Amino acid sequence: MDLNKRYTPQTWPDHPETATLEGKNKFVGFWLLLAAETVTFASLFATYLALKDKGPSGMEFSASGLFELPLVFAMTMILLTSSLTSVYAMYHMKNHNFKAMQAWLGITVLLGLAFLGLEIYEFNHYVHLGFGYTNSAFSSAFYTLVGTHGAHVVFGLSWFIALMLRNAKRGLNMYNAPKFYLAALYWHFIDVVWVFIFTVVYLMGVIG
Amino acid sequence: MSSNSQKKGFGATIWDYLTTVDHKKIAILYLISGGFFFLVGGVEAMMIRIQLMKAGNDFLSAGTYNEVLTMHGTTMIFLAAMPILLAFMNAVSPLQIGARDVAFPFLNSLGFWLFFFGGIFLNLSWFLGGAPDAGWTNYASLALASEGHGIDFYSLGLTISGFGTLIAGINFLVTIINMRAPGMTYMRMPLFTWTTFVASALILLAFPPLTVGIFFMVFDRLFGANFFDVTMGGNTIIWEHFFWIFGHPEVYILILPAFGIFSEIFAIFSRKRLFGYTALVFATILIGFYGFMVWAHHMFTVGLGPTANAVFALATMIIAVPTGIKIFNWLLTIWGGNISFTVPMIYAVAFIPSFVAGGVTGVMQAIAPLDYQLHDSYFIVAHFHYVIVGGVVLAILAGTHLYWPKMFGTMLSEKLGKWTFWFFFIGFHLTFFIQHFLGLMGMPRRVYTFGADQGWDLFNAISSAGALLMAIGILILLVNVVMTVMKGERVGNDPWGDGRTLEWAIPSPPPFYNFAQTPLVRGLDPYWIEKMEGNKEGMVYAEPLGDIHMPNGSFIPFVISLGMFIAAFGAMYHTDGHAWALPVLIGGLAITFGSMLVRSLKDDLGFHVTKEELIADNERIQREARALEGGKKGGLK
Repeated sequence: MDLNKRYTPQTWPDHPETATLEGKNKFVGFWLLLAAETVTFASLFATYLALKDKGPSGMEFSASGLFELPLVFAMTMILLTSSLTSVYAMYHMKNHNFKAMQAWLGITVLLGLAFLGLEIYEFNHYVHLGFGYTNSAFSSAFYTLVGTHGAHVVFGLSWFIALMLRNAKRGLNMYNAPKFYLAALYWHFIDVVWVFIFTVVYLMGVIG
Repeated sequence: MSSNSQKKGFGATIWDYLTTVDHKKIAILYLISGGFFFLVGGVEAMMIRIQLMKAGNDFLSAGTYNEVLTMHGTTMIFLAAMPILLAFMNAVSPLQIGARDVAFPFLNSLGFWLFFFGGIFLNLSWFLGGAPDAGWTNYASLALASEGHGIDFYSLGLTISGFGTLIAGINFLVTIINMRAPGMTYMRMPLFTWTTFVASALILLAFPPLTVGIFFMVFDRLFGANFFDVTMGGNTIIWEHFFWIFGHPEVYILILPAFGIFSEIFAIFSRKRLFGYTALVFATILIGFYGFMVWAHHMFTVGLGPTANAVFALATMIIAVPTGIKIFNWLLTIWGGNISFTVPMIYAVAFIPSFVAGGVTGVMQAIAPLDYQLHDSYFIVAHFHYVIVGGVVLAILAGTHLYWPKMFGTMLSEKLGKWTFWFFFIGFHLTFFIQHFLGLMGMPRRVYTFGADQGWDLFNAISSAGALLMAIGILILLVNVVMTVMKGERVGNDPWGDGRTLEWAIPSPPPFYNFAQTPLVRGLDPYWIEKMEGNKEGMVYAEPLGDIHMPNGSFIPFVISLGMFIAAFGAMYHTDGHAWALPVLIGGLAITFGSMLVRSLKDDLGFHVTKEELIADNERIQREARALEGGKKGGLK
């Protein structure tokens, strides 16, 4: 692979992420990794459902009493929007428009940071209410499930930032196009998991 | 770049192996470290059998016995059987599909070093305050109450090595999906590659639940979480579910590659194509599929209720069907074949009745009401040793003989191999057959001793004598290995004479780029087809000779794994209130994530082997082959 080869939107392939064997391998491998991640989160969800509202006798916390939808709804909207902006970034990546891609990725990162900030605020709020990690089986399961998702958000954001800084000066080539594509794919996965968390943890929690 | 012919210093060789991304060298690393852990697990097994040799023995204390028993199971499954099978997968399956390397050579190396550091971490428990002692299944109700750090060594060690295995699984899946040579369709893939493929898919989907379960264990023990603590609302059965959702597919992760090795052996040494190839492939896939639906048969006595027990009992019995299909296909492959009883073939023939015996007792246990009688008795011990030793270990021994020439370019002695076989095979049946009856007589699993009045003395003594025979067999194998390495007699491409698949069409060991030209595959058993059509050159090719792109070696996988190894110590000693523990945890993670960042940001484009270098290397290979040929005519054999 020649990194010095210059592409124009006309010579840039339709699917740069799978135009090389390395790209193809990464593409398939990453989807398989997401399969493993899916099983991981399925296990965490199952545990959460088994341990929901379970605690020592006389525990004062329950999902219906604890969670409040407005904040979580805002977080959901922010994360869904960030998924959309990453789609725009990939649209420009496929059109070999590096500047526009960087700009949309930048917006994605800002939205991701906003989500993360709200999540930290939310956890902090619960801890101040006395609902700490060691409080009960319910709290352990809740923080582990939602916290694992949060750790994925941190990793995804770090990945985006590292790629943007690393390639800021040299633009797109066949070597880094698959990397951008996979980071965006990872971001979608994080978003999909959050949709399930919003439904299973928060909506079903508030309903009772 | 033709490194094969150059003599290198000791330090340079070590550095080469620390940084290699070549699947053939990684295979050797897996074989050596897996073999080492196999010996460690074997010594632990011998200690168990010495302790149980007679009633009221005091060779081991009760506590030490629990540690030895736990470490025997854990070591054999995670650190011996799986890595040795991964050694064969690495050595052979890329060659069988005509690939120059795996899809992710860097990750291949990372997978190995994670396994290696995880295994070392787990075994360091012996020297740092005591090994895990809650059984290899590590049930939470026992494990949470275990004092010291044994269980933490188990949890953190298996987490690290589990990541390595997951990475290896993804790597093989992508390699087989994307890197098959032209003409190598799915239904022309050799059975060993097929079983590698399905076992990798099982690794992909089975390891995450184990990782999650182990994380819960770590959080409960080290960070005050309450997943399994009933007084805090936790549920100890969650561990059992996760462990067996992993644990049952795990036995298929082990047995499927074993089936693959035996399938190759039956075809090669019967000089016939596999009978019912298509049926064998679909049976493999079905076994993989059903493997995920039977985990609760390990939990019949937990009290999940008659409906759950009935469903899981039925699903378990169904698995016997594809397994039976395989057995009959192998028998019909031998049937009417031109059989040569080499060491691998003897193992393969001995495997059939041994494994069938294990399968039959498996179906007995699938009958839930009967399982209430058999549960936690020596009958279970006998059963799973019949399938694991009679299936997986026989395959490992057979595979070692079969693929040794391809991995090292020399032949293990057939004569010593037969001695190993007879000692091991007789010892194996002597050890475990009688344990069925001990179980039916009421002897429970995992007891460190028994009374003289219980009537179990004689059978236990016989069982221990059998274990001694197995140990002698393995010692003979070690002698065999040392003698073969010392002699260093080189062999050609196809040392067994009847190789059918692509790995036998290239030199032993192959050059680091495997195939100078990608072969064109014209059917099942491609090399056999070319031989039968009198192709002197070995293969037909899908491309003209040209530059080959190869990956660079890297030290980063070692560093990433080392970081996790360091971090695990920090996490573990954090609970003891050591001030240095938290910095060590953070520092270790910083090393891991920092080196991942370096890997991500630093361009690594690999290098090219030029056409001229390939031609020169090919001349060397031809020269060596002629020398070998001449040596044979001179009567050196």
